Amino acid sequence: MLNSGINVIIEGVNMQRLLLGLAVTVRIAFISIILGSLLGILLGLIRTSKSKVITFICRVYLEVFRIIPILVWLFIVYFGVTNLLNIHLDGEIVALIIFSLWGAAEMSDIVRGALESLPKHQMESGLALGLSFWELYRYILIPQAVRRMLPGAINLSTRMVKTTSLVVMIGVIDVVKVGQQIIERSVLKTPTASFWIYGLIFVLYFIVCYPLSKWSKKLEAKWEN
Amino acid sequence: MEINWAFIVSNLPLYEKAAWLTLKLSILGIALSLVIGMLCSVILFYRTKGLVRLVQAYIEVSRNTPLLIQLFFLYYGLTKVGLTMSENTCAIIGLAFLGGSYMAEAFRGGIESVSKSQLESGLSIGLSNFQLIRYVILPQAFAVTLPSLGANCIFLLKETSIVGAIAIPELMHITQDLIGIYYQTFEALLMLVVSYLVMLLPLSIALTWLERKVRYAQFGN
Repeated sequence: MLNSGINVIIEGVNMQRLLLGLAVTVRIAFISIILGSLLGILLGLIRTSKSKVITFICRVYLEVFRIIPILVWLFIVYFGVTNLLNIHLDGEIVALIIFSLWGAAEMSDIVRGALESLPKHQMESGLALGLSFWELYRYILIPQAVRRMLPGAINLSTRMVKTTSLVVMIGVIDVVKVGQQIIERSVLKTPTASFWIYGLIFVLYFIVCYPLSKWSKKLEAKWEN
Repeated sequence: MEINWAFIVSNLPLYEKAAWLTLKLSILGIALSLVIGMLCSVILFYRTKGLVRLVQAYIEVSRNTPLLIQLFFLYYGLTKVGLTMSENTCAIIGLAFLGGSYMAEAFRGGIESVSKSQLESGLSIGLSNFQLIRYVILPQAFAVTLPSLGANCIFLLKETSIVGAIAIPELMHITQDLIGIYYQTFEALLMLVVSYLVMLLPLSIALTWLERKVRYAQFGN
């Protein structure tokens, strides 16, 4: 019974279509990781500021994304904001907005943690040497902070790739949606299609995420001290 | 824009029911994942032959695949090869499969955080094995593990928002239904967000408080 079903994966253009769907998934993840990181680094730097008001606002921004599930956020923007403003937003645009904002929130915490974990004497020695503010960040703080934040940042990327699987719920034609279409089309001929297709998507996600998490672990071990 | 309060009031019981279902599923999922996590960390700690590989493979698979796909595979895939489970069973298994690896990491982090010198000092002042565990290892490991365990609980509770995809009438699912049937988008979303806040805010505040409370046991602070 099982042998007869696995063909569904390579039948016709099924494999190509799934890979194209995966490309949509990866594209969303990639763009939001880039945008989220840039915004997150900026926010992280701002969060080390001494102003209580600014750090409080940034903190609230982070917690708002941490407490409400991402799927709820996708719904709020896809159904709620569009309804409120009477506009139409494509599911992919909504996904990019939410994932970038969420990525930025989490990234800002990683950056802040890295900067604050640097021993204070590093900064003081730099100042004592007469480095300017720019030189201090460029040569002393940033190189050290990057080492501390890179493993966490890569981990965040894996999480973002995994979370992109949710975009199927707001009507984006990603790898999951393509899989569902293939299953529906071949269900009469191949009743076991859903087993093989979902199994394949499972493996595809693993193939994308596993190298990332391995890389992060490697860097963590390398830069432990 | 006007809020349709009558609509909110009439659908409140629906949300209450869904919230209870969400809580029930997450509590069962969390309990199971604690058991799995504990087992895995014990196996990794004692380096049980043969099982270590298996546990490591499980952790990698669980951490590198999305819950949605795990659920679809469990619910729609396995039933086609003769293994049919109810939606709720699938959801709990999915949550436990995902959460188990996170809990295992949390336990491992706790055990590893107790430095060797602590154990040796304990032994050298003549503590028994039980005393060593009770007064030296547990309090310190606990202080490290508890925050991550709590964070994992919140994480799993949030992940239940995904199980609506396999036809479980939890919060997300009924919200989608209400939007589809009545087009009361704003009201449905408002109730959705409030429901999650009611469950997650107290948990998150309690966790922050607890974290501060247990930190005293950490060595070197």
